[in-house]
Amino acid sequence: MERNLMKGNEALAEAAIRAGCKCFFGYPITPQTEISAYMAKRMPKVGGVFLQAESEIAAINMVYGCASSGVRCMTSSSSPGISLKSEGVSYMAGSDLPCVIINVMRGGPGLGGIQPSQSDYWQATRALGHGDFQILVFAPSSVQEMADLIGRAFDEADKYRMPAMILADGLLGQMMEPVVFHTEEIQHHDPEDKHWATTGHKNKRKHNIINSLYLQAEELETLNFERFKRYETVKQEVHEAELYRTEDADIIVAAYGSVARLAKAAVDNAREQGIKVGLFRPITLWPFPAAEINEACRNAKRVLCVEMSMGQMIDDVKLALNCRLPVEFYGRTGGVIPKPSAILEQIKTLAKEAE
Amino acid sequence: MTTETILAGFGGQGILFAGKLLAYLGMNQDKNVSWLPSYGPEMRGGTANCSVCVGDEPICSPYITEPDVLIAMNGPSYDKFIDNVKPGGIAIIDSTLVTKECKRKDIRSFRIPSTALAAQHGLPGMANIILMGKLLKETGLAVIEAVRPTLEKIIPPKKSALIDANMKALALGMAL
Repeated sequence: MERNLMKGNEALAEAAIRAGCKCFFGYPITPQTEISAYMAKRMPKVGGVFLQAESEIAAINMVYGCASSGVRCMTSSSSPGISLKSEGVSYMAGSDLPCVIINVMRGGPGLGGIQPSQSDYWQATRALGHGDFQILVFAPSSVQEMADLIGRAFDEADKYRMPAMILADGLLGQMMEPVVFHTEEIQHHDPEDKHWATTGHKNKRKHNIINSLYLQAEELETLNFERFKRYETVKQEVHEAELYRTEDADIIVAAYGSVARLAKAAVDNAREQGIKVGLFRPITLWPFPAAEINEACRNAKRVLCVEMSMGQMIDDVKLALNCRLPVEFYGRTGGVIPKPSAILEQIKTLAKEAE
Repeated sequence: MTTETILAGFGGQGILFAGKLLAYLGMNQDKNVSWLPSYGPEMRGGTANCSVCVGDEPICSPYITEPDVLIAMNGPSYDKFIDNVKPGGIAIIDSTLVTKECKRKDIRSFRIPSTALAAQHGLPGMANIILMGKLLKETGLAVIEAVRPTLEKIIPPKKSALIDANMKALALGMAL
């Protein structure tokens, strides 16, 4: 298989097209504009649609319309732009619509900065919009995974009829690494296969309605109950993590996305110095891989959560471990990347405490 | 073994392109590679830099804080990175634009007037490639024969006339 040197943003866009994404609605923002640029160039050549909307809000509502007709579609943005999309995402969750949303995170809050960050973890996993709902969240850690996870996100979104997000960051979006696409072919997905989609009933079936407005409280409650029952199934079926050198580890570093790369370098360094440390890297952030972190921490005495934020995933780490282990935090924020050497220092401090 | 290189200079000097060439050369030898650019306010009118890892093992951190090799093409970049070069590492410096002498004795430093050399040899804008030639010579990351096919891949066909000039600049750097 040919190795292509590509930016994370470009690899993701190409993989989305091969996964059968037919329509892309975007609005430029650093550090994810290469996704739009790639789609603009490539989509017309493969019979797809690229549309630069007048705003992020317009783009997500175009996704709403497109997804309603059963077509695989996506939008992408970075942190402030994702906040703008949140109303539309809530409407899609309330209408049980599948789609993929990309967030290539940058420093916040507010307009913030444009350097890499992970400070939208809470937003992605807790409340990407108002109301009782969840979305699927995948966290790639390499350019190859930027490509691999997008097809997965489309498949799971379709399967469970819910929005899915790829939660990346500026570092992953901008860096180049070799990437292999496992198929040359572009998948074809027939909108007619989605029995709920507004594909035109041709007087052969009852017409479908896509809607999130329910004025009868009991009716809305019933729908929310049903949706959360589905979320329970998702929690059983969709959870994934990478465990690295965890078997005999006294200390577990928990990190996701690009930070997991930096943490891995620190773990390798600490191992060379005789410290028994391993890495837990969640690949799905919602559902959070609770069984996997407990497996990783089987022999651990301490956990160190490392993030490019003030500490957000640490909540899920503590919840998943039921607070049975002390969980420390190290983070940089605002677009500052934590140095592997600084993570190593944190590991060494914990190792001393654990003795 | 992984070689970590930081290339730094002004926007427009071809820093990102030189880094890309290095990453492609690594990939074409079936190595693991990563290329991480600076983006944003630095690039928009100031310094540009990129981090390139080339190694036999999978690349853990693409973010380099202590490079094995530094290419510095202006004063601010030199000041920013020279103290971070690993002991025993290499610094290749464009001495046309970096006036300071390198005081570090624990690294191998090469001051090459590449901007002036490029002008003298009718190779405008190829100071970066002259320094890349020196980098390849000192690190052995690729042989010169490997470069042409890589350039043919990364230079778009309508600019293919530049391939010969690039090769000339590279040979110039390797001869130094």
